[in-house]
Amino acid sequence: MTKWSPILKQKSKATVHGLRLKTDLMKLLKSISKFLPDVVLDRITDPAIQAVGEKLISHERLTPEDGLACFNTKDLIGLGQIASAVKQSRYGDKAFFISNHHLNYTNVCENKCRFCAFHRAPGSKDAYTYSPEEAARKIAQSPVADLREIHIVGGCHPHLDLDYYTDLLETLIRAKPSLKLKAFTAVEIDHIATKAGISSLDCLKRLKDAGLSAMPGGGAEVFSERVREALFPRKIPADRWLEIHGEAHSLDIGTNATLLFGHMETIEERVLHLFRLREQQDLTEGFKAFIALPFHPENTPLAHLPGPTGVDILKTIATARLILDNIPHIKAYWVMLGLKLTQTALHFGADDLEGTIVKERIAHQAGAATAPGLTRNRLVEMIQEAGLLPEQRDTFHRPIQES
Amino acid sequence: MTSSMLKATIKKASQGFRLDPDQALHLYEKADLLTLGRLAHTARFRHNPHPVATYAVDRNINYTNICESGCAFCAFYREKEDTEAYVMDRDTLNGKCDETLELGGTQILYQGGLNPDLDLRWHEQQVAFMKSKGLHVHGYSPPEIVFMAREEGLSIHDVIQRLKKAGLGSIPGGGAEILVDRVRQKISPNKASTSQWIEVMQSAHDLGLKTTATMMFGHVETLKERILHLSAIRELQDKTGGFTAFIPWPYQPGKNTLSGKAAGGTTYLRTLAISRIFLDNVPHVQSSWVTQGHHIGQIALHFGADDMGSTMIEENVVASAGVRNAMNQAEIIRLIETAGFKAVQRDTLYRPVGTVAKAAP
Repeated sequence: MTKWSPILKQKSKATVHGLRLKTDLMKLLKSISKFLPDVVLDRITDPAIQAVGEKLISHERLTPEDGLACFNTKDLIGLGQIASAVKQSRYGDKAFFISNHHLNYTNVCENKCRFCAFHRAPGSKDAYTYSPEEAARKIAQSPVADLREIHIVGGCHPHLDLDYYTDLLETLIRAKPSLKLKAFTAVEIDHIATKAGISSLDCLKRLKDAGLSAMPGGGAEVFSERVREALFPRKIPADRWLEIHGEAHSLDIGTNATLLFGHMETIEERVLHLFRLREQQDLTEGFKAFIALPFHPENTPLAHLPGPTGVDILKTIATARLILDNIPHIKAYWVMLGLKLTQTALHFGADDLEGTIVKERIAHQAGAATAPGLTRNRLVEMIQEAGLLPEQRDTFHRPIQES
Repeated sequence: MTSSMLKATIKKASQGFRLDPDQALHLYEKADLLTLGRLAHTARFRHNPHPVATYAVDRNINYTNICESGCAFCAFYREKEDTEAYVMDRDTLNGKCDETLELGGTQILYQGGLNPDLDLRWHEQQVAFMKSKGLHVHGYSPPEIVFMAREEGLSIHDVIQRLKKAGLGSIPGGGAEILVDRVRQKISPNKASTSQWIEVMQSAHDLGLKTTATMMFGHVETLKERILHLSAIRELQDKTGGFTAFIPWPYQPGKNTLSGKAAGGTTYLRTLAISRIFLDNVPHVQSSWVTQGHHIGQIALHFGADDMGSTMIEENVVASAGVRNAMNQAEIIRLIETAGFKAVQRDTLYRPVGTVAKAAP
């Protein structure tokens, strides 16, 4: 059996009974019994999954062992039914999306992670960096008619300074003040702050003043030192990633969280990752959405690996929905899932499928077979075909009133 | 219909009782995806009680792409004068058979266009040749047989009898599309009618040949017409018991004249599931990884499918419509096993092929 870190166990206990807990558990653990009637629960063939369902009905939080049971079950439908009941208890038949545009300001990165096909060395032939003006021009040319958000992520460039980043945000906002900027992973924040010789908290304050509204969840990869050493030794460790997100939360900057899975991590490491996110959220409550990112091996040094299967992806999304009882949204990121699996994932606990995106680069460099972007109409159609109700949202996950 | 009727239908299906077409339609329209999945998975274990999922290693050989049918959904056919038109010669056929045997393959899925230059004698010789190489020939979908009967002035029964005598082992269920003549008139007016398709299958079954059945959905048909299609299959199966498997797959738009969009992942899984639930007399249901890709192709094993189809060493028809999904034996085994089943290679008649066949010199 797994050796769970004693720290984790201790913390879990403290967060459930302790005073530091910010999360109102009773509010979060909504009644799911209406969506998980006995007639459904009784037909679940795996007793461990049935027990998970019963726990959730009686407002109990899941343990790491429950998480393992979810991953190990052969009753995929049963796991999906429970995850879907939790999703429905929060959002009914709704599925959310946003009109957004992804902007990768540079592909120059000194981290050279082994699972990445996007990064380039400085000076290499296809290396690029946008000036703030170029970035603003790209957004001005965006085909998305009702653009609400720019998702801004790039490499850890060795020569850009803090002024570049604040300038980038300010220039984009100046060009279109109604836009919200969801920018920079914790990895970039650490890099920018270190280069500027300031604390990450001060760095976040500066960026917030320049127009940062929210942060994406990338760079978490898998919270495992073993995996980090093997695949992304130059990237910040789990504690630092979580610390920066906690700091962002303290400044009222909402953030996302991710898990990059299906390469060399174990199921135990995935479960541990989810529990560390849950603990952090209990303390700082600023995560808005979780995104499970299936590893795409093409054009990376790990190209010999097959990548996770469809069943594995659905199990990971469903399990995340069940463990992360304090994170409101679970995304099915269509770029990496493909459209067919995305529709299916909306019935396995996911409630949001990111957005129009326009020109995704990072997953596509690694062989994603999807279109680089989707129109709003296509997103709506896809959700409706899946039997769900499309609902457009803003960066803060508030519904947009249709004009 | 009320929700209590839906509940009653779900209960009826979960207990394994036969649904009438109206009930099936109601379930298909109203039940949520996972309820359909649960019912289909339960039905799957009723028919195939072991946690095993099978697959075949075969080669799809298309003997000609010259076809006078000109179906609106097809991107494979060519006119005789076209530079890309071909008829496969014996040497090429021989090479493909040898490659199949080298890869541990047991069968050839042998199909082609409706080409008036190829007579029954030619077909008999090709079939006998493949059979002499030790391969099972799973060949000639009903439209091809109906076409040969017309060209030769023979009955459907006599054509099948002659092909069987030459070595034909079983008949694939292609060309069924939707077995409703309103739909066939729209998408494939020159191809075998519903009654002709049924006649081919009935004759084959009467002559002791097993066949599969397919459904190509998601074009101009209604949901009710899909259920009517399933009813036609179930009715014949009650009489003959000759269908081994059912294979539903969505129409793939691309380089053809019938435009539109491909059905999505949830539509596919719902349709697969209702097929498994409704066809209570067909032993196997296949996943269509060729059209769905590896992800949904694998997930299908939890929505009623008990078989991954075959490795399809070559798949010209779907590839020409713009869909390309490659699969080898190692990958098919990985998908089956990580979905929670034991992978077993089978032959066309669903008998396990295993170490014995591979170890043979």
